[in-house]
Amino acid sequence: MKEEINISRLNIKKRQKENKSVFGIFAPFIAVVLALLVGALIIAMAGASPLYAYQWLLYGAFGSLNSFSETLIKTTPLLISGLGLAIAFRSNMISIGAEGQIIMGGLFATLAGLYITGLPAVVMIPLLIIAGFIGGAIWGAIPGLLKAKLGVSEIINTIMLNYIALYFVNYLLDIPLREPPGYFPQSAQIVKEAWLPVILPGTRLHAGFLLGLLLVVAYYFLMFRLPLGYKIRAVGLNPHAARYGGINVERNMVIAMALSGGLAGIAGMSEIAGVQHRLLGAFSSGYGFDAIAVALLGKLHPLGVLASALFFGALRVGANSMQRAAQVPASVVYVIQGLVVIFVLTDTFLQKHMVSWRKSRPAKKTSGEEA
Amino acid sequence: MDWSKVFNEVFIIGFLTASVRMAAPLLLASLGAIFTARVGIINLALEGIMLVGAFSGFYGAYLTGNPLVGALFGMAGGALTALILGFLAITVGANQTVAGTGINIFALGITSYLLSVAFGIGNRPSAVPSFKEIPIPVLADIPIIGPMLFNHIGLVYLAFLLVPVVWYILFRTPFGLTMRSVGEHPKAVDTLGGNVIRTRYICVIISGILAGLGGAVLSIGQLSVFMENITAGRGYIALAAVTFGKWNPLGVLGASMLFGAADGLQLRLQAVGLKIPYQFLLMLPYLLTMIALAGLVGKTTPPAAMGKPYSKQDAR
Repeated sequence: MKEEINISRLNIKKRQKENKSVFGIFAPFIAVVLALLVGALIIAMAGASPLYAYQWLLYGAFGSLNSFSETLIKTTPLLISGLGLAIAFRSNMISIGAEGQIIMGGLFATLAGLYITGLPAVVMIPLLIIAGFIGGAIWGAIPGLLKAKLGVSEIINTIMLNYIALYFVNYLLDIPLREPPGYFPQSAQIVKEAWLPVILPGTRLHAGFLLGLLLVVAYYFLMFRLPLGYKIRAVGLNPHAARYGGINVERNMVIAMALSGGLAGIAGMSEIAGVQHRLLGAFSSGYGFDAIAVALLGKLHPLGVLASALFFGALRVGANSMQRAAQVPASVVYVIQGLVVIFVLTDTFLQKHMVSWRKSRPAKKTSGEEA
Repeated sequence: MDWSKVFNEVFIIGFLTASVRMAAPLLLASLGAIFTARVGIINLALEGIMLVGAFSGFYGAYLTGNPLVGALFGMAGGALTALILGFLAITVGANQTVAGTGINIFALGITSYLLSVAFGIGNRPSAVPSFKEIPIPVLADIPIIGPMLFNHIGLVYLAFLLVPVVWYILFRTPFGLTMRSVGEHPKAVDTLGGNVIRTRYICVIISGILAGLGGAVLSIGQLSVFMENITAGRGYIALAAVTFGKWNPLGVLGASMLFGAADGLQLRLQAVGLKIPYQFLLMLPYLLTMIALAGLVGKTTPPAAMGKPYSKQDAR
């Protein structure tokens, strides 16, 4: 039987066989192109030139050493927390909680950077990374535990924990952690030894980006070369089979969520130690939400996540010059980001179905074709 | 700390009135989310749907000078946004959580973009005609309860009146029965000649209309302006309220009131300038939701087909 769904003249047929190999690799690329095309349409409808706008977007993101380093700075937290989310998604846990985990990682790193003093940078920086990891890991493990022990949806709990983290940090910055004399809701600066060093002189690019690249490699080894990664992936692919194979499903769910949160926490640490050097209320500016799209667009593969984090980082940076030079509102990049996610989702559908414009539909049905 | 500022009539009436007012948009959105949840669809897009509803409601009121037309625009905008979710969740069979996330990012972008295009980058639009309070004769004069319950804009009354209506549809009509069956066992509905796909689409659109209206309450019911990200997570809270309220209109009413009360209380406490960390009050609903879901209010079991796309061919 052929399954046919007709939407006006759009004709969608089940494919004879899935051409997964080729299409699967290019799907994210096609999604990006489609999103940019629709974005161009939206820019044109507002009376601006899409080509001119995209030129400035590109120039703003990569046009000079400084803009390129700004792109890498924005890429860093997206990359690290995107890798974290990829771990959760691989274990079939759906986490919307990276934003809260980034905030908690940033908080823990700040506390370490404020109250541990008198140590050299070689000790301080690893200490902050560990602190950030712990902060994020706690925030990830809670919904993991609640799911494993009580079966509570991790989706709602990760969302709730985002708000709890945000208000908690806002409270801390309102009273106990506020830098004297207290005009602004921000903490004092962390000690200089805890700052991530600038790796490209003359720019703000900090060592957090290198840390991100290291974590790309670490993610690859963890997920594809170590037993723990195998277990996490097995739990994600089929929990029943994994249990039958002797894997403790609940424990690995919690571990995956804790690791996922821990990486987001490191992203928060990198933002604090590399860019802000102090805790601010809204320091994450939505990295955790964008990281969901980053992980997804990167197909949960380390190199894919790196590429998509770079793409999203470039969008963030380029948007501002596009707005200044071409008078196109920067928010159009969020439209593009959202569309990328939406189009990526349709790829499995397109893999299974052929889409074509129906001219005159032949009435005869061939019965011999089995899907 | 001056507690006499808290324990007086003006404060308490203000707090209760604010609670009811703040609960209304959540209630509308979460009543809408009952429709999607009951047919097995995770409506994480609720935030984006509300946001588009808030913008289109605002823009409709701006264009026509009539808040009522604005509300219709809000419903239409919400329904259209919900249709994207419908297409992805029902026809494509995509991961519904990810679809919702994508729609939320898209909605944040498109509403901010259109706002800039319509009014110029960085320009704040002037206030638009918004709804006025309609005091209900006689009832509004009752002390405390009067201002709390009977002096609101029409959409607030509508939100509360919809609670029994949704309850009736869900539990006393054939459509409600079909809905609930689709959420529990779509294959059985299909076998008995029901239309799973159509039922799901209808429910997604209804949820879009209600959440869009909820968004419009924020823009033209409470503030009479639209700001970027005006919903500020209320869509997610509405989704939590549905789970908290166990997918039942009465439970959802209670959950929305709780969230509304926490919002109203922190607003009033800030207004009187008390140095209580209001952030903890703001945190309370989220904590309560987590505790409630962990089993304090009894076991919550979502509809069995939650999150699962349905296709005739590979239905289990």
